[in-house]
Amino acid sequence: MKIHINGNIKEFKGIKTTPEELIIKLNLNGKRFAIERNGEIIPKKDFNKIYINDGDKIEIIGAVGGG
Amino acid sequence: MVDKISNTNDNLTIAGLSFKSRLLIGTGKYNSFKETRSAIDASQSEIVTVAIRRVNLGQSPDEPSLLDFIPPEQFTYLPNTAGCYSSDEAIRTLRLARELLDGHNLVKLEVLGDPDTLYPNVVETIKAAKILIKDGFDVMVYTSDDPIIAKQLEEIGCCAIMPLASLIGSGMGILNPWNLEIIIDKANVPVIVDAGVGTASDATIAMELGCDGILMNTAIALAHNPILMASAMRKAIESGREAFLAGRMDKKPYRASPSSPVKGLIK
Repeated sequence: MKIHINGNIKEFKGIKTTPEELIIKLNLNGKRFAIERNGEIIPKKDFNKIYINDGDKIEIIGAVGGG
Repeated sequence: MVDKISNTNDNLTIAGLSFKSRLLIGTGKYNSFKETRSAIDASQSEIVTVAIRRVNLGQSPDEPSLLDFIPPEQFTYLPNTAGCYSSDEAIRTLRLARELLDGHNLVKLEVLGDPDTLYPNVVETIKAAKILIKDGFDVMVYTSDDPIIAKQLEEIGCCAIMPLASLIGSGMGILNPWNLEIIIDKANVPVIVDAGVGTASDATIAMELGCDGILMNTAIALAHNPILMASAMRKAIESGREAFLAGRMDKKPYRASPSSPVKGLIK
C-alpha cells in the first residue's frame, strides 16, 4: 500500500497498518509527535485502534525551534 | 501591593498562570540546541515559544530533539503558528500542537499577511482567535500596533495582546511608542511586545512604557554572543519594569533644577 506521509509517498507491505506500527516502521518510536490522518488528528490513545489505509494522507508533526 | 524594592510579588499572570520572568523567548535561529538552552538559562525565561513542523522522516532514532534540551515539564511551552497565512492553517497547527503537548492550551496565534514584512493579517487573526477560544485555547495573539484591533482581540477573549514594536526579526526597536501606550492604557489583559526588539535598551524602553512583558527571539539568537545578550535582556526588562513601577520624574524641558543645595554657597 502507498501512504502519503508529510508530503512524500511511502510504500509498505500489507493493506493496512496502525499508527503504532507505522511509527516503528519509520524509526520514530520514543519520539514526541502528533499524527493527523486525512486532516483529522488521531489521539494518542487510538494509536493501536485506528487503521491507516492505502492512499491515506498522514502528517506527523513535532516541535522545533521557533519564535 | 507590589513590593517595589525586591519585586517579589510582581509576577506576570497570563491565563491564570503566574510567572516571575517577564521575558518570553523564542527558540529559533540558534546554532545548536545546547546554545538555545544556555541562552534560556541566562535569560531566566519561563515561557519559550516553539514552532510546529513536519518531523524529519530520515532521522536516526537517537538524533536529539529540542524537547530533550528544553523539557516541557520544566518550561511553559508556547507553540506558535509562525508561517501560517490563513486562519484555517493556524487552527490546524494549534490543534496538532495541543495533541503533541498532551492537552496544553496556552498558545501563540499569529496569522501572517505578507512574506516580505511578516506583517500580521488581522482579519484572519481575529477569525482564528474566535474559533480557538471557543475550542478551549488560551490565546496569546500577535498583532499590529493598531489600538482598535488590540482591543477587539481582548474583547473576543484573547488572554494576552502581543503587538509588534517593529517587523519580526528586524531589530528596529520601538518605532511607535505612542500606539503601544494607547494599547497599554486601554488593555485589561497583559500587553507583551512581540517582535522588533534589537538590543537591551529597546527592551527597557518597552517596559518603561508599561508593557507587561516582551517576547523576543532574533535579538538574542543573532547577537554575536547570544548567551551574554540573553543575560542583558533579563536585566534590561527588570530595569525597565522597576523604572515603570517607580514612576519617572516629570520632564521640565526649559528649566533646570540643581541637585545640590543653593544655600550655604562659599562666597
